[in-house]
Amino acid sequence: MALPVRKFDAVIVGAGGAGMRASLQLAEAGLKVAVLSKVFPTRSHTVAAQGGIGASLGNMGEDSWLWHMYDTIKGSDYLGDQDAIEFMCRMAPQAVIELEHFGMPFDRNDDGTVYQRPFGGHSQNFGERPVQRSCCAADRTGHAMLHTLYQRNVRANTLFFVEWMALDIIRDPSGQVLGVTAMEMETGEIWIFHARATLFATGGAGRIFSASTNAFINTGDGLGMAARAGIPLEDMEFWQFHPTGVAGAGVLITEGVRGEGGYLLNKDGERFMERYAPTMKDLASRDVVSRAMATEIKEGRGAGKEADYILLKLDHLGLDVIEKRLPGIREIAKKFANVDPVKDPIPVVPTCHYQMGGIPTNYHGEVVVPAGGNPNSVVPGFYAAGECACASVHGANRLGTNSLTDLLVFGRASGDSVIRFLQENPGHKDLPKDAGDYSVQRVARLDGQTGGESVFEVGAEMRRTMQAHCGVFRFPDMLQSGVAKIKAVAERAKRTEIKDKSKTFNTARVEALELDNLIEVAVATLVSADARQESRGAHDRADFAKRDDVNWLKHTLWYREGSRLEYKPVNLKPLTAQTFEPKVRSY
Amino acid sequence: MKFRIYRYDPDKDAQPYMRDYDIALEPTDRMLLDALVRIKAEDDSLSLRRSCREGVCGSDAMNINGRNGLACITRLADLKEPVELRPLPGLPVIRDLIVDMSQFFKQYHSIKPYLRNDAAPPSPDKERLQSPAEREELDGLYECILCACCSTSCPSFWWNPDKFVGPAGLLAAYRFIADTRDQATSERLDDLEDPYRLFRCHSIMNCVDVCPKGLNPTRAIGKIKDLMVRRMT
Repeated sequence: MALPVRKFDAVIVGAGGAGMRASLQLAEAGLKVAVLSKVFPTRSHTVAAQGGIGASLGNMGEDSWLWHMYDTIKGSDYLGDQDAIEFMCRMAPQAVIELEHFGMPFDRNDDGTVYQRPFGGHSQNFGERPVQRSCCAADRTGHAMLHTLYQRNVRANTLFFVEWMALDIIRDPSGQVLGVTAMEMETGEIWIFHARATLFATGGAGRIFSASTNAFINTGDGLGMAARAGIPLEDMEFWQFHPTGVAGAGVLITEGVRGEGGYLLNKDGERFMERYAPTMKDLASRDVVSRAMATEIKEGRGAGKEADYILLKLDHLGLDVIEKRLPGIREIAKKFANVDPVKDPIPVVPTCHYQMGGIPTNYHGEVVVPAGGNPNSVVPGFYAAGECACASVHGANRLGTNSLTDLLVFGRASGDSVIRFLQENPGHKDLPKDAGDYSVQRVARLDGQTGGESVFEVGAEMRRTMQAHCGVFRFPDMLQSGVAKIKAVAERAKRTEIKDKSKTFNTARVEALELDNLIEVAVATLVSADARQESRGAHDRADFAKRDDVNWLKHTLWYREGSRLEYKPVNLKPLTAQTFEPKVRSY
Repeated sequence: MKFRIYRYDPDKDAQPYMRDYDIALEPTDRMLLDALVRIKAEDDSLSLRRSCREGVCGSDAMNINGRNGLACITRLADLKEPVELRPLPGLPVIRDLIVDMSQFFKQYHSIKPYLRNDAAPPSPDKERLQSPAEREELDGLYECILCACCSTSCPSFWWNPDKFVGPAGLLAAYRFIADTRDQATSERLDDLEDPYRLFRCHSIMNCVDVCPKGLNPTRAIGKIKDLMVRRMT
């Protein structure tokens, strides 16, 4: 069946921070760009970021991009690529200033400069003491940033396709990416978006876990599409568990609470982080804090009737600071935890938050795969930025605030790369004759399925499996049985059935197609985690308790076909700075 | 718990109808959205928008027992049964609880919702300075999540959705007027000086009553009106 076709210079999938920073670059360059988004742009998950954007502006005291770079590499447990990390940290101040010029309502200091708060893992002088590096707008930084970027795109007349869900990547026989198929949710129609360059900014897939800070829309659509098109997924075993999700609800409480002076207590009222991280204490990196909390709970020092959560105390900050710097947190705590943090501590637990891995890219945002002996061979016409991409700046553990930095820096860089590519490669390449057939078949399978299982049931089984088998602490037997279980769930996902057959805004169909993407990510995660025989960053194994740089200082690449794994070296060579050699990590 | 939900699928329904649901909730189901997710697990044909489930993305605005609000931060315990759910009033219904928000966004876009300042920044690598007091002027304005609870509860917007900017758009207009970095105040006021665009607001204050973020569009509108009066005298 021939699908209708729309032609653009570039198509961007996803209208969060990375997608809209990239689209701005392209729209302002006068290119014909289409931005597809499952939701109205300001509803993208960037909106939920709270604490700030990391950049060494030095507004609060001495700071340098080199220190930021060191912190990020150490935070990544040395798995991050040092060229990409140098690039991000050097570009970060400019990215933040640019956002200020766009109208971002940053908090201010008395001298009128942008206010910065301390954040986990960020330090002065290579780990000596905490530094104030997080540029924020109260505890609504992501909201302020996403709206500012949307507003700037309105000014640039960017063309958005709102409530369109991309389904599959179109590649020609040479492997070049020529666009995507996408479904208009309101009508159920499928179109081909034929583009000279395709940029994915589709966000993460935190919804593979039951307890997640992530929005419902975070279903790894870009990763699912890439995997189905033969692109490997990098470092998928590394998932960040944020220390402070509201117990039971999963809703995020920013690390900025601890940045502003809040701290964690066990049931005995002990400030236990002093034992685990004597220098940085509650501002150690997230993997360290989450493990400490899980250990406290495991050893019976959790609070509450079931001794299953930790307390986040901030009442001592006083009403003024809380109202001024953390108003959103107070709102969330009252609504979701039934406590007013001005008086009482918030019950929190480590909660799945961020996907460090993703579609492999270099620091230009170009998607790279092993080919012809080169582990980082560029896939022509294909770009990725933000949480869906793995540059890799976050390695085995991301520092707080670096996600927004990543969106801005790599959103812009990938936009610039697309512009260069378009200049060098005029004209559209012809679509393959069967372009779109695969997507049509997938949707037809779903619509025609009888005797299948409900999307909700299969999805719930996937989430339970991930939660039980691939959490903060990982055990060899659980990983092994988890691989078998998740592969069985993946088989069931092939036979999901929806009762709703309507063409009009069929969200049952959308959720089924989202599950197709989630399940790829879930399988990639468990298979990659089971294979990595060491503990590094967020990947912590009971049977291999230490980091093993001799055997495992390398990136995982998971291929969907046969669930095959390959590895590629970590880039330890920065662009201009000296290499930061792996060493023991303590906070 | 009992629910009555507005249902309409143009593919098969001649007209909308209310459907009753009686579902068993789990103790972990605290918010209305939790219940809706549970209903959808049983009846996948119920269509609604939702995303962040914490009141910051603005997707799941709907009319709940006669009042606009966000399902994700509306507590089930506070709701009278049967909980009656309808799409936001005044906008065309696409399906079930999903409305066509084009008119709402058209009005938002009409106020040029972006910082207007043609002067080059003092330096490309330095921020424009703004005092904490100047920045505070934006509090209560920039937090809008564009959920449309306010505009779709406003009788003036119901009557003239094509001509009256509505509370959300006007709040955004004042957000830029109040920003010391924005230099287009007089153009913005010119644009709003119109019997409909601004002056259809009759301070009914439904917008203030329903805003899930606790914002006050009526106050912002009052400030715009003040500025207009002041520049005339």
